[in-house]
Amino acid sequence: MTESERKIRVLVAKPGLDGHDRGAKVVARALRDAGFEVIYTGLRQTPEQVAEAALQEDVDVIGLSILSGAHMRLFPEIMKLLKEKGIDDVLVIAGGIIPEEDIKPLKKMGIKAIFGPGTPTTEIVEYIRKKIR
Amino acid sequence: MVTKEKMDISQQKRDWENNTLKKTLDKSPERRERFITTSSRPIARLYTPTDIANLDYDRDLSFPGQYPYTRGVYPTMYRGRLWTMRMFAGFGTAEQTNERYRYLLEQGQTGLSVAFHLPTIQGLDSDDPMATGEIGVCGVAIDSLADMEILFSGIPLDKVTTSMTINAPAAILLCLYIAAAEKQGVSSTQIGGTIQNDILKEYQAQKTWIFPPDPSMRIITNILEFCTKKVPRWNTISISGYHIREAGSTAVQELAFTLANGLTYVQAGVDAGLAVDDFAPRLSFFFDSHLDLFEEIAKFRAARRIWAREIRERFNAEKRGSYLLRFHTQTAGVSLTAQQPENNIIRTTLQALAAVLGGTQSLHTNSMDEAWALPTEKAATIALRTQQILAHESGVANTIDPLGGAYFVEALTDEMEEEVYKYFDRIEKLGGVVEAIKKGFFQREISDSAFRYQRETEEKERIIVGVNEYLTDDRLEIPVLKIDPEVEKTQLARLQRTRKSRNNNKVEQLLNRLQKAAEGTENLLPHILAAVREYATVGEVCNALRDVYGEYQEPIIF
Repeated sequence: MTESERKIRVLVAKPGLDGHDRGAKVVARALRDAGFEVIYTGLRQTPEQVAEAALQEDVDVIGLSILSGAHMRLFPEIMKLLKEKGIDDVLVIAGGIIPEEDIKPLKKMGIKAIFGPGTPTTEIVEYIRKKIR
Repeated sequence: MVTKEKMDISQQKRDWENNTLKKTLDKSPERRERFITTSSRPIARLYTPTDIANLDYDRDLSFPGQYPYTRGVYPTMYRGRLWTMRMFAGFGTAEQTNERYRYLLEQGQTGLSVAFHLPTIQGLDSDDPMATGEIGVCGVAIDSLADMEILFSGIPLDKVTTSMTINAPAAILLCLYIAAAEKQGVSSTQIGGTIQNDILKEYQAQKTWIFPPDPSMRIITNILEFCTKKVPRWNTISISGYHIREAGSTAVQELAFTLANGLTYVQAGVDAGLAVDDFAPRLSFFFDSHLDLFEEIAKFRAARRIWAREIRERFNAEKRGSYLLRFHTQTAGVSLTAQQPENNIIRTTLQALAAVLGGTQSLHTNSMDEAWALPTEKAATIALRTQQILAHESGVANTIDPLGGAYFVEALTDEMEEEVYKYFDRIEKLGGVVEAIKKGFFQREISDSAFRYQRETEEKERIIVGVNEYLTDDRLEIPVLKIDPEVEKTQLARLQRTRKSRNNNKVEQLLNRLQKAAEGTENLLPHILAAVREYATVGEVCNALRDVYGEYQEPIIF
């Protein structure tokens, strides 16, 4: 299999204590239907678990979903751990309940895009295709 | 029973279709090929007496306060007493939430409803590493009796009833409430309220479980037994469809899964040796009220009828209170849009109207800003005012079950009831609710519905104002509640003080005793109560039980 034929691998990760997995699962399924290889971590993953899963699964994309409000504490930790593990070529994107004012600092720490409530799944698929190919 | 008159109507309807209707359709077709509800249910153009030809008034509807309660659980309904306006609230520290409660009570709210922060919900103390960033964010931080005393300070617990949205650690929070009441000189027989305590829907939908299903069910039967004897005014389980719906189910799935869960709890109580009439009257329900007005109203009506029949006929209950389905409603959080948030006031109004027309006993109306964060005081006040306007200005509370007899509503009520029984059969074939959970049945059903809803919305089979049509500049124009970073410090300091000032030897001893009881078959509640009275924390009590029961791992399905 040549490099261009390799399926895009996406880790859908759910940090935070909340159990709201509706959005994460809908996105995971839409990405799978779009032909990506999707790994879903399950709920309540610590930053360490997310970073470790990204490393083990050798993914191209990490999609973080959080609705608990703890993103400003957990996302920087995840970004730091990814860096420490030498994962710097992975596209990190996020979704969930993330207030407008948090978007800028999150982008500054390397989260490339934030998809808020009401985003069509097709928009996320297109975004990933454009960035990875 | 097909009367001559009814045959005439079906003939007349065909005539109408072939003549009047056809002419119009030939000229201008309808807006869509199919019309569907929020739950993707196709809806017919017109309902007539032929759609309810099998309806037997006495058997299927009867009168308010009479079996099978389709038209309402009380003989006078809102003419006697309005529904309880019970707004769910909790954020930050116990002090802040206490202040909000006192404000809401002054504004005319008639009952309290506690939202706990996620660490409490997961049975973790605020100083647990997993609690990072979550302290006081999604609800109020409660670690021990020290917090609980502050939460209800100045609120007489023999006068106010309190609903607590707590599931996996429900036994612990109930004991904390009892202990807080004792501090006020109020005994457990005087307090009234509700714990959600519905663990089955946690595995199915809300996903805030701790222990595996079997020990969880044992704890629930312990609660049923304990409350029957010691806390007789307490509603022991609030059997909840709300989270099932919010996770993406259809209205029928919400109804079917919730009732199936309820029947499972009743069976568990009976299996534990309790008489159905001793505990069933303290079970209540909690439903979602979503956007499709008539489908929601039909859902509430069908719920009462099915529960009454099942509890009376399957379990041979004799007390009226055992088979009468009382329910709380919350408007659909999931329907709130982050875009153009003021529009959410109108969405919530429609959903509240459905709940009232459906005969709810209590209601929480969401605030317009809740797609973003917990509500600000202003937004929460508007939501409460919405209920007061419905109650006092709209006239809908003047008569009972105003839509009873409407061809459309009665046909929908029947249709939903039939579909519920189909789900009951499928669940039974899988070995019952607990087995179906282990097989991932509910999780799969719900995620399929959620995905279908998303696809239909993206394909504009349904229009969501401000989301896929009528878009405007997305900028948020309302203030959003921010949790002060001081909350975390205050909470951690109090927790530390509590651990220092209590009798730690005694706490350890009591936790050991609790573990012994958990390994055996004794009721756990007296042991939990003894431990929390001595300021054992929620996390410590849960960890004692985790050591015995372990934690649940869910099958990953998407």
